[in-house]
Amino acid sequence: MNMDLNAYLTVAGIIFSIGFFGVLLRRNALVMLMCLELMLNASNIALVAYSRYNATEQNQMMDGNTFVFFIITVAAAEVAVGLAIIVQLFRKTRTVMADELNTLRD
Amino acid sequence: MLDIIFYIFAALTILSAILVPVSRNPVNGAMFMIVSFVSTACLYVLLNAYFLAVLQILVYAGAIIVLFLFIIMLLNVEQVKTLRPSFFSQIAGLLALCILSLGVGSLFLSGSANPSPELAVSAGSGIARNFGYMLFTKYMLPFQVSGFMLLVSMIGVILLSKKINVEVPSRKEQGDA
Repeated sequence: MNMDLNAYLTVAGIIFSIGFFGVLLRRNALVMLMCLELMLNASNIALVAYSRYNATEQNQMMDGNTFVFFIITVAAAEVAVGLAIIVQLFRKTRTVMADELNTLRD
Repeated sequence: MLDIIFYIFAALTILSAILVPVSRNPVNGAMFMIVSFVSTACLYVLLNAYFLAVLQILVYAGAIIVLFLFIIMLLNVEQVKTLRPSFFSQIAGLLALCILSLGVGSLFLSGSANPSPELAVSAGSGIARNFGYMLFTKYMLPFQVSGFMLLVSMIGVILLSKKINVEVPSRKEQGDA
């Protein structure tokens, strides 16, 4: 196995950029939340790759993997709360488009 | 051999991740996200993180995507006719594209310059026993905080999704009182 760290980091960077552009360019709040999940997933790949490539025999370097564990927990909680907020917004305004939700502006 | 597997799953992850924001119907996007997450789990297996791979499939592909699909089908959002974003978003996207491609490109180009150090043998780095050991010794406080955070988010979701039918008194009535 000779894949170097940079290959994994490049994959993580590309997925992060995809999620970033999804959040930036799409107006549907559901799709924006999905792209947020992609960005978290990209950071998970980077963390797992770092902790794998810095492991030694004595020091197993589980810190990155444990971080990913917590990030998955936070992502699950975040999705639950975010989707509940979106459902409430849809009940009030009948839309999930982010640029139509401008009640606070005027 | 492992290189070929890595390239296959990396390409699958990236392609299905591209299709998430591009697809017009959010249901299709959620389906492509399942593919992306499962192939990410395969990348975790290549990195010897077996427990995280199982967790990724169980939590992401099993729970989060199901929640997304449920909400998408519950809301029954109309499909967008055009995906063209606003002018300022296009400008911001162009700027961000330059910066991000600079970062990813420099990462990719520096790969051949300094080869990675020799991989240490860490056969047991990804198994569940080590996770339990770490969670109950070094990361005890974050573990308990994350449990409390799950409780808070559960209460928040219950409160948010309750139908609020309390009549809010109008401004005139408040003035009279």
